[in-house]
Amino acid sequence: MAKQYETVIGLEVHVELATKTKIFCSCSTEFGGAPNTHTCPVCTGMPGALPVLNKKVVEYAMAIGLATNCEITRVCKFDRKNYFYPDNPQNYQISQLYLPIARNGFVEIETGSTKKKVRIHEMHMEEDAGKLIHDEWDDTSLVDYNRSGVPLVEIVSEPDMRSADEVIAYLEKLRTIIQYLGASDCKLQEGSMRADVNLSVREAGTEPFGTRTEMKNLNSFKAIARAIEGERERQIELLEAGKSVIQETRRWDDNKESSYAMRSKEDAQDYRYFPEPDLVPIVISDQWIDQIRARQPELRTEKLERYKKEFDIPQYDAEIITSSKHMADIFEAAAAICGKPKKVSNWLMVETLRLLKDHGMEPEDLRFSPENLAKLVSLTESGAINSSVAKEVFEKIFAEDVDPEAYVEEHGLKMVNDEGALEEVLKKVIADNPRAVEDYRGGKEKALGALVGQTMKLMKGKANPGLVNQKLKEML
Amino acid sequence: MDITSLTAVELGKKIKAREISVADAVKASLDQIERVEKAVHSFVTVDREGALRRGEEVQKQIDDGSLTGPLAGVPAGIKDNLCTKGMPTTCSSKILENFRPTFTAEAVRNLERAGAVVIGKTNMDEFAMGSTTETSYFGVTRNPWNLAHVPGGSSGGSCAAVATEECPFALGSDTGGSIRQPSAFCGVTGIKPTYGTVSRYGLIAYGSSLDQVGPIAKDVTDCAAILEVIASYDSKDSTSIDRKRPGYDFTSALINDVEGMRIGIPKDYFGEGLNCEVKEKILAAVRVLEERGAVAEEFDLSLVPYAIPAYYVIASAEASSNLSRFDGVKYGYRAEDYEGLHNMYKKTRSEGFGAEVKRRIMLGSFVLSSGYYDAYYLKALRTKAMIKQAFDQAFVRYDVIVAPASPTTALKLGHSLSDPVKMYLGDIYTVAMNLAGLPGISIPVGTDSKGLPVGMQIIGNCFEEKKIIRAAYTFEQTRAYERPELAKYPDKLREGLPKGLADERSKKDGQADDQAAGRADGRQIRSREGGGE
Amino acid sequence: MANKISDETIEYVGILAKLELSGEEKENAKADMEKMLDYIDILNELDTDGAEPMSHVFPVHNVFREDAVSGVDGSADTLVNAPLKKDNSFKVPKTIG
Repeated sequence: MAKQYETVIGLEVHVELATKTKIFCSCSTEFGGAPNTHTCPVCTGMPGALPVLNKKVVEYAMAIGLATNCEITRVCKFDRKNYFYPDNPQNYQISQLYLPIARNGFVEIETGSTKKKVRIHEMHMEEDAGKLIHDEWDDTSLVDYNRSGVPLVEIVSEPDMRSADEVIAYLEKLRTIIQYLGASDCKLQEGSMRADVNLSVREAGTEPFGTRTEMKNLNSFKAIARAIEGERERQIELLEAGKSVIQETRRWDDNKESSYAMRSKEDAQDYRYFPEPDLVPIVISDQWIDQIRARQPELRTEKLERYKKEFDIPQYDAEIITSSKHMADIFEAAAAICGKPKKVSNWLMVETLRLLKDHGMEPEDLRFSPENLAKLVSLTESGAINSSVAKEVFEKIFAEDVDPEAYVEEHGLKMVNDEGALEEVLKKVIADNPRAVEDYRGGKEKALGALVGQTMKLMKGKANPGLVNQKLKEML
Repeated sequence: MDITSLTAVELGKKIKAREISVADAVKASLDQIERVEKAVHSFVTVDREGALRRGEEVQKQIDDGSLTGPLAGVPAGIKDNLCTKGMPTTCSSKILENFRPTFTAEAVRNLERAGAVVIGKTNMDEFAMGSTTETSYFGVTRNPWNLAHVPGGSSGGSCAAVATEECPFALGSDTGGSIRQPSAFCGVTGIKPTYGTVSRYGLIAYGSSLDQVGPIAKDVTDCAAILEVIASYDSKDSTSIDRKRPGYDFTSALINDVEGMRIGIPKDYFGEGLNCEVKEKILAAVRVLEERGAVAEEFDLSLVPYAIPAYYVIASAEASSNLSRFDGVKYGYRAEDYEGLHNMYKKTRSEGFGAEVKRRIMLGSFVLSSGYYDAYYLKALRTKAMIKQAFDQAFVRYDVIVAPASPTTALKLGHSLSDPVKMYLGDIYTVAMNLAGLPGISIPVGTDSKGLPVGMQIIGNCFEEKKIIRAAYTFEQTRAYERPELAKYPDKLREGLPKGLADERSKKDGQADDQAAGRADGRQIRSREGGGE
Repeated sequence: MANKISDETIEYVGILAKLELSGEEKENAKADMEKMLDYIDILNELDTDGAEPMSHVFPVHNVFREDAVSGVDGSADTLVNAPLKKDNSFKVPKTIG
């Protein structure tokens, strides 16, 4: 029988913090913009420039540390990590090695029905690198430092995960926590959350870890799952063939669905860390920690309980809505405006989820405003539009965030409650459909549906279905 | 009137009193540069037009009463590792040959706000690594007292410019003695302030935990006045220290009185290795202070032999990292032929850096590399802590410590570069103060039998510049400022360079001239323009 | 005590420091490095066990900036000294991956 192998996985997760400015200078962290527009002497490594630490970075890092059950390092320092690469303007990255801001934490994850703890070894603050774009025209690379100096935290887990499912559960957990803290939007596709996977295999039941590799460039949960599967198989094949795994960094190519080694003899991987002389230590007092704790916003579990209690939302619905901080924010804001939380919840649970699925989108990608959703709820509740019109309008809100009041007005979608006009139409319908009328009078209740449908059609869907029913019965 | 013979403060007073116009002050400096620069080579860049233009602006501001400080209208030389917006800032290195910063160093901005007129950038050892100014890519600077000798370094250009009276004062930087030692060699006065007193923003870093900017001038009064202007708390420099207002009031310490001042004389600083003439002159100066009421006493400082190795480990390690940004990507020199990224890096840096810089970058990379960090770098940081402690103890008993600024007077050109260890030993009396963050002043106390100046260093506890200023000022009152012949009779140079020197100027020096002449921007070295006497 | 620097070590340091040395330069660098390290080894005479490594001389801590944007378009200044540029970016030899 073939040997059984166990996969051992640890993660290094980089998260871009949601500060307005970079970690060591006042340049904007905003996405986009022409190359090098969000730059200054500090984030481009100009001679003579010096870093000054953004306090908000420390506070976000502390908040994440606390929310992941870490010990906060009371005296923490920055170190320089030295390596040459053009996306790194100083050719050293300011990071933390010796005294990172947080250590020894954990988060609980759930896969299927099993719960487990994934321990966090440490978490540190550091600066992001710039962007390299390959220029096909003359086979060179172009460097843009707009992202250089954007603050990151790197969360390093212990090798506690055993499968892709666990890895994804861990990432989702981290993402939810960090999003709820407002510390980052954690978008894998846009790179505001990035995971490097350290993976090794060992024969099931054995104690020592195998040699691990580090996999980079994983931009989606799918890529992570595929890369884990691929790397597990690659390592097992090597071992089965009597070869050994080499400790190395590999880059995942999502198109080819395979990884390749990033080896280079110019790449010594000897980072010569030493304490950053241009920055002074950070001393964190009990008081400061208490302050951060007190400022900590409501996290997911608290929110979930509150939704059930306060709004009478079912457990399942509350779970779905709170799974994304962004969706929960939309829910609460819309509910507050229109005062109909259950109706808002229905729109999110049914139409929103359907459209997200149809478009292959994540809840984070929702772009409509709670105001417009609230207006739509009010329009339906007041009877101004009927439900089929409402669905049509919602698709517009979902796609373009239109103002439903203006849209309904503009397209003449308001329900017609004018009894006189309705009676005229009904007379026509009764006259034109003698069979249906006969059937109904003969006791076939179903036949009424056909007449209602005809009426709605003639009224271009704007009739109030309740009123149509009532009037029809009266007239027949 | 002989404008160039004035001190900065004297000149500032006359400008304020409308006895001298700013234009005349600037022209006097530029003319003196014209006369002596060929022989001494204090400057890498002279900004003739910029200085004249700036002079006019400053004159207006003096006239309308918006500039009233002691340095308003006074010309200044700036060491070429301090960034000056739009003006070449080279660190005397090929790798930064065409670099024009987009911002001005905070210390220089403070000077400009006070109305000083920057006339140019002074020569230095490449990236401040050296103690002779011989490692400059643009050629050596010569000692104004004897052109066959070095001016010291790394702020050799700044010190020579002050001694030759090309400018009344200059800024330097001091990482391991780079203000104090060349000040001693050139017979001028220089202060390395307490670490964190002058902002490092815009100072191109060598050893970040050791670097400090400071003034170089003809006397203590000038140095105190300049330091008062350049020192400031700067939120752009995280290591800048807010000393609050009274902490910056250095001129208040210009008091001719040392009654009861306790002076410590570290025995280890006056033993083996110290030239006897230097020793004699300094001890004589101490006696002068004693006569004025100071109490001097010998003591054991301890740990003296460990300062240099600890310093070279820390400075080289920091330098290896600080200088990694010079890679041909963002600014400065890039090699012409290369294959691929890493080859571009290697060629650019190998061609762009000089031998001494490479030596230190390699040492620094090695001591930080995997497996050596604890043995070298951490060991050096622990040694630093112990050295700081030794000074803390000494300053319980003494107000100031007196030491030589260098074991010898200025050496001959070409004598010290070959053996690194021998060269580093010359820094024995200065590096410990950088490790411990202490302020030190170097003042001239006479000349040796060869006619070369001897400097005495007075060291204070952290934040106690006022004590060293007071001691130095009191000594200075007993002795007139000595000017080198070259400053007194610059026209002698018109008859040609002293015999032999003309040929001795290195080939590299000539290349630098060509390159400078190639700059099409009017800021050329030795650019010619008519100016009133 | 005498330090020996091998060819491999000098080669390795060259990779770390991104310096390319000619044969002669390499020999000089080895000799210099050996001398300097021998000299630095004096530190081993000193018992530093009780001393905490001191990276900053003064016990200053918590120097922060507030999170407020003060940037304008910095691209012109950023690129003004670039040896090679294109499309508002620095141009470098092709990087891998």
